[in-house]
Amino acid sequence: MSEISPMGRQEAGRQGLWRRIDPAVATAFGCIVLLLLLGSLYSSNFLHLDYLLLQLKVASFLGVIATGAMLVILLGQIDLSAPWTITTGAMMSCAAAAYGPAGVALAIPFGILCGVLIGIVNGIGVAYLRIPAMIITLATNAVAQGLMVVYTGGFSPQDEATEAMRYIATGFLIPGVPNAVLVWLVVGAGAVFLLTRTSFGRAVYGIGNSERAAYLSGIDTRRILVIAFAITGGLAAFGGVLLAGYSSKAAQSMGDVYLLPAIAAVVLGGTSILGGRGSYLGTVAGAILITLLQSILSVMQIPEAGRQVIYGIVIVIMLLLYGRAPASR
Amino acid sequence: MKDWKYWVAEQRGTLFAFATFVVMFTIYVSNHPAGFTANVVQTAANKGVLLAFVAMAQALVVITAGIDLSVGMIFILTNCLASWIVVGTPLETALGIVGVLLAGLACGAVNGLIVIYGRLQPIVTTIATGAIYFGIALLLRPFPGGSVNEDLADFLTGKIWGVIPVSLVALVVVVLVVWVPFSRSVMGRAAYATGSSEAAAYMSAMPIRRAKFLTYTLAGLLAGIGGLFLTFFTYTGEAALASGNAYTLFSIAAVVLGGISLYGGTGSAIGAVFGALAFRAIGDLLFVFDLDPLWQPLFQGVVLLIAVSLGAFGLLRVRNKLDWFT
Repeated sequence: MSEISPMGRQEAGRQGLWRRIDPAVATAFGCIVLLLLLGSLYSSNFLHLDYLLLQLKVASFLGVIATGAMLVILLGQIDLSAPWTITTGAMMSCAAAAYGPAGVALAIPFGILCGVLIGIVNGIGVAYLRIPAMIITLATNAVAQGLMVVYTGGFSPQDEATEAMRYIATGFLIPGVPNAVLVWLVVGAGAVFLLTRTSFGRAVYGIGNSERAAYLSGIDTRRILVIAFAITGGLAAFGGVLLAGYSSKAAQSMGDVYLLPAIAAVVLGGTSILGGRGSYLGTVAGAILITLLQSILSVMQIPEAGRQVIYGIVIVIMLLLYGRAPASR
Repeated sequence: MKDWKYWVAEQRGTLFAFATFVVMFTIYVSNHPAGFTANVVQTAANKGVLLAFVAMAQALVVITAGIDLSVGMIFILTNCLASWIVVGTPLETALGIVGVLLAGLACGAVNGLIVIYGRLQPIVTTIATGAIYFGIALLLRPFPGGSVNEDLADFLTGKIWGVIPVSLVALVVVVLVVWVPFSRSVMGRAAYATGSSEAAAYMSAMPIRRAKFLTYTLAGLLAGIGGLFLTFFTYTGEAALASGNAYTLFSIAAVVLGGISLYGGTGSAIGAVFGALAFRAIGDLLFVFDLDPLWQPLFQGVVLLIAVSLGAFGLLRVRNKLDWFT
């Protein structure tokens, strides 16, 4: 058949559209709908707009942190320093607030800056010293923890979050829409722009597929790695700032509970843990999915122990559904 | 080259770890107020042996180029389980010990099944299974408590003839019973080959899957032995998240200090044992120099950072820039 009928072209177009939808992203959104339906069987509150907005607000903290996690996972690396980067961001921004009006004004940027610094150390270790990312980020996580323990004396610090921090985490700029969701929207729009419309984004996908090939194509892969890790550190710390604003205080090891969810959100959203493949839409779906799962488990009043077990099992099952590597041949 | 030169080249990482341990322990003992006495050695051995078991577990998996981020949680889970069942008459205690070891074995086997037959990435898988194991530990012990057969515990944490710490003897026995036969078996060779180059091992018809499965399973068993000993030292079970995370982290540090490449295929679990003992000795240096314990996490973190950065000297030997990218 040499000529293409209009019908055939339409068919091809539809296939193109169908191909553009990542099955993993579709599955993740399908699971969100399924969870909401299951929840609504348990209690009709699950379909209320207030509840959904509240979940979106809680998801936005995870979403900001997962955005950073996604960037390094796209590179084929991983950032395990998130727990104490989050805590450092939260504690340092609250600490800055204790230093007069200038400190209050600079609290948020200062917290983010601390995260960027941790990220730069990670990036230099990975890019220039060629230390496996998993190891160097575990080490910087330990150093950040050590610094915070020395700084706080092992107790939760007394410093309070600033008004601005509380406003961006809990306020309402547009009535009905929590500011945290707007923050996530801005961060997400920035991430989508960076990943799809800039040469930096192309380079990130390129390095994730093959750093060697990217290097031979003239990309300064080491610089890209350092910048990406710095952004990731900054986003994790920003997540910490938001969390501190939400609970108006920083606490010891407040970031520990975000490591697994952030990585899980990225991976459940269809981003390959080996790097080079994945879309931001998937990460959004993953973050919402995980928040909903946690919320439903706690609404059902399952104790912490049971929640951990179910949570781990669900992640393993979902990964088995679509995260498998090809068989070796 | 003579035979012994080959041997030294092969064991370089292990020998380096051994030397680090000797130096650190000498500094530690010579500054200790009590000096080089049996009691000081016993305390150091008891602390070091716990990490040594977990580090050996990590080493087995790392040799196949994998990673097990759930070892700390298996350690905690078996601790909580042991605080329930390792009690009572000698027979009950023995059955309890078997139960605890089987639980560790089962945890490792689950990791292995998911990673190998489910074909998932070990990092994500073991973080997720770690959450499951911690959840089960929390189910077993919502609050710290429980008990253990104290006669046995006192014996295993005491000294033989008032000199040799029993825990150290137990460690040597485990190395001889678990590691030595494994590393000399076909499975052990296959594990090294897989870590070195999975594709080449596959082409050579090595039993890759069984070898990897065996390493994850044995890792669970070794972490379980560690958890059992933790119970003997503390007499209780506690589902402590921070402790589990710390042991996972320290096990990786010990493996790196022990000269095992995280890219797989080199090193030995004996190196990891010395890496663990050296890491503990470094951590305890703070106490003998009478510094504020608050600084200990920072100090250990910095030691870890320096230890992993030392690996970067290998880059100086790389002639072709493309070899940077593995």
